[in-house]
Amino acid sequence: MDELIKRAKELLEASAVKVVIGYEQGTGNKTRALFVEKPEDAGKLVFDSRCVQNLAAYVTKQEVKSKGKMAITATLPVMRSLVQLASEFQISDNNLVVIGITPDSKIIDFKNLEEVEAFVHQFQIEIDERNKEILEKLEKMTPSERWNFWIEELSPCIKCYACRAACPMCYCSRCTVDFNRPQWIPVQSTELGNLEWHFMRAMHLTGRCIDCDACANACPLALPINLLTKKMIVDAKANFGTYQPSLKGENVLSTFKPDDKENFIQ
Amino acid sequence: MAEFEPKIVAFVCNWCTYAGADLTGTSRIKYATNVRIVRFPCTGRIDYMLLLKAFDEGADGIIVSGCHPNDCHYTSGNFHARRRWMTFRSMCDFMGIDTRRIKFSWVSAAEGAKWADIVNTTVASIREIGPYDEYKKVAKKPVKEENHG
Repeated sequence: MDELIKRAKELLEASAVKVVIGYEQGTGNKTRALFVEKPEDAGKLVFDSRCVQNLAAYVTKQEVKSKGKMAITATLPVMRSLVQLASEFQISDNNLVVIGITPDSKIIDFKNLEEVEAFVHQFQIEIDERNKEILEKLEKMTPSERWNFWIEELSPCIKCYACRAACPMCYCSRCTVDFNRPQWIPVQSTELGNLEWHFMRAMHLTGRCIDCDACANACPLALPINLLTKKMIVDAKANFGTYQPSLKGENVLSTFKPDDKENFIQ
Repeated sequence: MAEFEPKIVAFVCNWCTYAGADLTGTSRIKYATNVRIVRFPCTGRIDYMLLLKAFDEGADGIIVSGCHPNDCHYTSGNFHARRRWMTFRSMCDFMGIDTRRIKFSWVSAAEGAKWADIVNTTVASIREIGPYDEYKKVAKKPVKEENHG
């Protein structure tokens, strides 16, 4: 990815940014996040199909923000996350440069976040076939079977909150699970507590999740927690129309239509 | 064994349903005593976690009620709430939480009779479905013995 390295070097040499966020070779056959602060370190940057971590999770972190203006290598899911974060006033053109990587691995430059938004809107957020099948299978079960399925699937959860750490949308400085007065969710791993935690996580991501699967990839126990957010995306599409992150900030749950249709309120 | 008495928690808004429930009382309309009413400023304020906690604490059924659309004291609280309940309900369904046990309604301050009807039908349907053992089994607290002194 010579072009990416060249671009990062240019930005750092011109002092346009203080740090470039990208991927480097990690241990084993994995890549990990890299924060390049010196032009001579830009050579460490790599990019290939293993780079699935959502780097947008770093742009809201105080440790990274305090370095100054950043540049970020952004694949399509990362760009979507950035648009969503911008709509929530977490980032702006003043503190971020986006080095886009198109789905066919071409470098693309953006002048501002509006351009990123325009690019992102060329692609629909679609649930892949494999997960669609699993969702359909689950929907065919009886509620009781689904209950047992989730209690069982989520019972190994050790509450490490890797899913939360990996998610660019989970940037609250104090998460509901960290509260102990009142204690919404028990600290220890319990059947109901695990269910409540994943229920809450999915609800908080409703209308904001852009389906990057970072949560499921980060889970050390490989729990299918992304199914919950996928289900929310399917529902949001069915109930409220198009589903795209937008700078206007029209999230599913932060807006409404006076004629929203439901069939269960008496 | 004594007949099963469902425990119902009602989350209602201050401006419409709470006043409506008050009207039920002042109109001397009798309705089931199984309901415990929790008053909120607005349906928009009702966090879905509170509903889960109600089940956690041993509720068998839940009623959520507020102002009719366009009648919200805060203009749009109930519209936001409606979207939240749409997603919440489907999330409950997807995770296997029994959605028959959660009833949503709009009850205005003038609908005292409707409130009595909502409570009565909810209690009757929960009585038919039975206690929420599935949830109580995994709840953090052991369910206390019923004691209606």
